[in-house]
Amino acid sequence: MSERFIDNYTINFGPQHPAAHGVLRLVLEMDGEIVERADPHIGLLHRGTEKLIEHKTFLQSVPYFDRLDYSCPINQEHAFALAVESLLDCEVPKRAQYIRVLFSEIGRIGNHLLNLSAMALDVGAMTPYFYGFDEREELMQFQERASGARLHSAYIRPGGVAIDIPDQLLKDIYTWNNRFPKFIDDFEGLLTENRIFKQRTVDVAPVTAEDALDWGFTGPMLRAAGVVWDLRKNQPYEVYNELDFDIPVGKTGDCYERYLVRVQEMRQCVRIINQCIEKIPDGPIKVDDNKIAPPKREEMKKSMEALIHHFKLYTEGYHVPAGEVYRCVEAPKGEFGVYLVTDGSNKPYRCKIRAPGFAHLQAMDYTSRGTMLADTVANLASMDIVFGEIDR
Amino acid sequence: MAETGFWSGYALPFLLILGYILAIVVPLLISVAFVTYFERKIFGLMQIRKGPNVVGPFGLLQPFADGLKMLMKETIVPAGANRNLFLLAPIITFTLGMIGWAVIPFDEHLVLADINVGILYLFAISSLGVYGIIIAGWASNSKYAFLGALRSAAQMVSYEVSIGFVLVTVLLCAGSLNLSEIVLAQTELWYFIPLAPMFIIFFISALAETNRTPFDLPEAEGELVAGYQVEYSSLAFTLFMLGEYANILLMSGLCVILFLGGWLAPFDIEPFTWLPGIVWFFLKTAVVMFLFTWTRATFPRYRYDQLMRLGWKVFLPISLAWVVITAGALHVFGWMP
Repeated sequence: MSERFIDNYTINFGPQHPAAHGVLRLVLEMDGEIVERADPHIGLLHRGTEKLIEHKTFLQSVPYFDRLDYSCPINQEHAFALAVESLLDCEVPKRAQYIRVLFSEIGRIGNHLLNLSAMALDVGAMTPYFYGFDEREELMQFQERASGARLHSAYIRPGGVAIDIPDQLLKDIYTWNNRFPKFIDDFEGLLTENRIFKQRTVDVAPVTAEDALDWGFTGPMLRAAGVVWDLRKNQPYEVYNELDFDIPVGKTGDCYERYLVRVQEMRQCVRIINQCIEKIPDGPIKVDDNKIAPPKREEMKKSMEALIHHFKLYTEGYHVPAGEVYRCVEAPKGEFGVYLVTDGSNKPYRCKIRAPGFAHLQAMDYTSRGTMLADTVANLASMDIVFGEIDR
Repeated sequence: MAETGFWSGYALPFLLILGYILAIVVPLLISVAFVTYFERKIFGLMQIRKGPNVVGPFGLLQPFADGLKMLMKETIVPAGANRNLFLLAPIITFTLGMIGWAVIPFDEHLVLADINVGILYLFAISSLGVYGIIIAGWASNSKYAFLGALRSAAQMVSYEVSIGFVLVTVLLCAGSLNLSEIVLAQTELWYFIPLAPMFIIFFISALAETNRTPFDLPEAEGELVAGYQVEYSSLAFTLFMLGEYANILLMSGLCVILFLGGWLAPFDIEPFTWLPGIVWFFLKTAVVMFLFTWTRATFPRYRYDQLMRLGWKVFLPISLAWVVITAGALHVFGWMP
């Protein structure tokens, strides 16, 4: 009898697959139910964002950041605004900083809700998905009331925020925020101690702290592995150093720890939001420099200079001094960074975006080798992959 | 020997049996339609949303709208598929879902075939169910469907074993393989009280046997898209769905007959006995059906190896032990029927 070589069974997991989280094409080489090799193919959602930004003024680039990670748009705008501001060397008013932090945390809760409920759905639990989206809808409405858009808000702009928020919105956020921990308890009641959920996630695709650092993990993925690293604490930006909150850290870096870290982060977000609402001062919400931020509408009716500023801002935009800068924020998924090179013109010379999901996805093969097909799904879901930011 | 004519000897009995069959199958199909409706309504209530509420009053006509929609669709046979087997598979599943009902007693004497090996018949029918799925998975010539079919085969075989032992325990207590007599043996005490662990094992195994959450691996949406059904459309898909739900109903009905006293009223006293037995049977089946739906709304899905472990390492020893314990107790105390 001659020897026969048996090929592994390959499965196309995506790009059209209910658990592929967008347009991931994951080519799996299977030995029965065991994954021998996972080969993520990216690029199916590539829109050339970075190149497009080179041809837009700084203000026109803001909406592109909304469209990167569409589950938490505001956090991305934040990184871009910080980068442009540090090149412009301008100081953002306190109220604007608080509003930014407030909506960053709302974005974080929204992102974690989306991810955790989708993760529950991927391991087969249907109901948490609906609960999570119910709450997320409320957050969307807060964003809409602040900026006029539910999702792609273009709210945080270089120099401050687009418009001021009304007091009633703060009160409503406060009410919601105090109700939300009860929701987290209910949500956890369905999953955290559920035996089947634990069997599906505990010890699935564990990552050691060392490996997590080597693969460039950030955010909950890194913290679940036991590394205490959160840009809000380690490199505080805006008013994070005035706020009191904890960094939840896991131990083993498996899917369950990632889940737990995200749940605890939501609880910390609640604390941050409460402090923001209590501490938020009155005052301007953008820099008092009409070369960067547009003048008030009423001024434009009276002042010729204001009108000219407005016209120049929305046609030519502002010129940013030549230089280069890397600024990053702790986005819900990890370190989201913007590297800008400017040449003194009104457009960036180069804009490089560092998306946390990219680094996480590249560990897909490493983490899923030898696991089962069902584990790959849990692993992928707990990585919190959003293709908008990975493909850019 | 009396001369039997064509009419009295063959045609009339045939028409009579045909009438009986229709009297079972038509209400069964209608209940299957409404089971899907109630399932969606229950999901809606559990997930803080409304569920179907547009077609007809309270959305009651939704199942018929769905059925019509499925009929209108094009039947697609994939290019690489084995055409005959591909079309045979849903027919097998559907037929098996229907014929199991032949031996189910809805009330005393209200049963199509009052055969003495009713349990064995049902056991055989539910074991054959795996063929529909395996053939579907193989004939589709799709990787998802194939994996789904393999999972399904392994799963059904594993859980059949523990179901078998559960059935043995029940028939030891009842002393008969006839389903009507099993129900009558429960007049004093429904079996779910003395055989509580077996009732739980039977319920969970029934979930696995009918491929329901948390054991819906053959059609695991997050992994295999729709498993063995992935290539099916239109009427073929509808037949799968009908067969599957008829099977779930059959399992609920079997659960009622074996453990919840079939058509018997909960207490043999006045207000309870006003309702006819058939109504009690349906009510009890609806309760078990609700349990099926409830688990589906609540639990995540098992992984393949965990499912196998549960079947072989947990359920099999426990049910085997209970067979021995029950038999011993019956023998020692002289309760043997």
